[in-house]
Amino acid sequence: MNHLLIAPILLPALMAPILLLALRFRLGAARAVSLLSTAALLGFALVLVAQAATGRVESYALGDWPAPFGIVLVLDRLSALMVCLTALLAMLVLWHAVATGLDKRGWHFHPLFQFQLLGLNGAFLTGDLFNLFVFFEVLLIASYGLMLHGQGPARLKAGIHYVVVNLVGSTLFLIALGLLYGSTGTLNMADMAERVAAATPDDRGLIAAGAAVLTVVFALKAAVVPLHLWLPVTYASTSAPAAALFAILTKVGVYALVRSGTLIFPDGPDAVSSPAAYGLLPAALLTVVVGFVGMLASHHLREMAAYAVLGSTGTLLASAALFEPMPLAATLYYLPHSTFSTAALFLLADLVARRRAGYGDALAAGPSFAGAGGLGILFFLAALAAAGLPPLSGFVGKLLILDAVRVSPAWPWIWGTILMTTLIGVLALARAGSVLFWNRRDGEPIASPEPLGRVAGPVAGLLLALAALTLFAGPAADYARATADQLARPMSYVEAVLGPGE
Amino acid sequence: MSLEFLVASAVAALTAAGIYLTLRARTFSVVLGLAMLSYAVNVFLFATGRLSVDRPPIFDKAAEGYTDPLPQALVLTAIVISFGMTALVVVLSLRSYLETGTDQVDGRRDGPEDGA
Repeated sequence: MNHLLIAPILLPALMAPILLLALRFRLGAARAVSLLSTAALLGFALVLVAQAATGRVESYALGDWPAPFGIVLVLDRLSALMVCLTALLAMLVLWHAVATGLDKRGWHFHPLFQFQLLGLNGAFLTGDLFNLFVFFEVLLIASYGLMLHGQGPARLKAGIHYVVVNLVGSTLFLIALGLLYGSTGTLNMADMAERVAAATPDDRGLIAAGAAVLTVVFALKAAVVPLHLWLPVTYASTSAPAAALFAILTKVGVYALVRSGTLIFPDGPDAVSSPAAYGLLPAALLTVVVGFVGMLASHHLREMAAYAVLGSTGTLLASAALFEPMPLAATLYYLPHSTFSTAALFLLADLVARRRAGYGDALAAGPSFAGAGGLGILFFLAALAAAGLPPLSGFVGKLLILDAVRVSPAWPWIWGTILMTTLIGVLALARAGSVLFWNRRDGEPIASPEPLGRVAGPVAGLLLALAALTLFAGPAADYARATADQLARPMSYVEAVLGPGE
Repeated sequence: MSLEFLVASAVAALTAAGIYLTLRARTFSVVLGLAMLSYAVNVFLFATGRLSVDRPPIFDKAAEGYTDPLPQALVLTAIVISFGMTALVVVLSLRSYLETGTDQVDGRRDGPEDGA
């Protein structure tokens, strides 16, 4: 067995208690341990990607209990990609939090951050549905803590909404698990895939009901319209680094939809329960529209970034909802781009707010502030990426999506929505940029709290990641295509978990 | 009355109460509603292993049949998680009440129009 599979879960699980118990009052040491641990996580993730890129699906039986009786972790191209994405984003976000001193403004930032990583990595690696529920809870509980970090009435109010909505979501998740376990008798995803395919007509109804509830739960996590109302308020009122890390939380929903849609409920001749059957495509298109129109209507940069999360997640799902290899490949190329570009917007909003004392990140003209030129350039690049204009990877990603969705008869709808919303996004970002950086009001120039070079590193890092995704678009798209191929043939996954078939 | 009817109606009643309370305007009833919903789910999960009386959960040569032990383990996990989450929501709503001065879910002050 390849013990490296459990490293991305074990490392944060060990580091979080150390940070919590031993380094609680030593901020310097806590920062060093947290940064080093996240860097090590990135190293493990890169090795995992290299292993997954060979095309072999690996499974790791926890406690050496054979599947389907024990819980398994499974590494394939998709989970390796998601773990790597998480680690890279976490590294940059943690750097930002340390550089801006957010971790000083309350207790337990670093332990919560590590618990968040534990939940995320676990959710991406597990091959068991109930274990997925448990890791969802771990990442949600950590996210409640991170979301409220720094506090304030607005944050508390949004926090209650966020917690209650997610608790109802967890309840629905358990109902779906109960329905699926009751009708298939297993919780192992590979085993369930086989049993769903072999289900008798009597069981099909319950399985379809379970699949429908499960789809609703994952759509709630991915903030698909009409289940999106919690997202803008939550993301706009939390601290910027937390919101930037949460850019990956909606992708957990996307990941779970893709995983369950390709593995457990694939479209077959007698498919009972594909998520595509539940109107995922129209909902995703509506999400795109709501997201980009919301960007145009935002009064604050952070609110705009929150709506950008909605818009780009919707774009992802609009092509993923077809559950065909080519659109899935385009989705998987666009997924890292969507994560990094929205995270960059959140971090930029924080930098802008720190420099415009009294004005914050409100989209209103203020006096000139120190470092406006440098920030303006960063904002311009992030806006290009978020809107999907050349030369950054958003353009390549949207092009791939537009090209790939032609396999579906619904392609005119997808084309129309994506092209129109891109225009709306360009308008919104152009307006925000010109108001923030050009439209000056007379007054004392605002002095800077810190030199820009000390805090702009993480944003520059995210933009560099996007540039790398553009420069190496060929290899990245090849990896995405191979991933989609692997997802389209779930037999390799099932065989890796349960052993070669009979 | 059969055992199935008893369990099914208990799940239904708890769910209905939970949904009603969760949709209320004040945090206290929402917390109660969430607790109701989690009870409903626990009973429901318990029933997914099929309802049987006087059956052993582990292998025994003399036994005629078994009851599925897995749902009981799942329920245990679900109880622990929902208990912790309920505690968190209680603390969060108290904190929110103390900071914002109102226990309305949407944070509004009490007005004459909503005496709920």
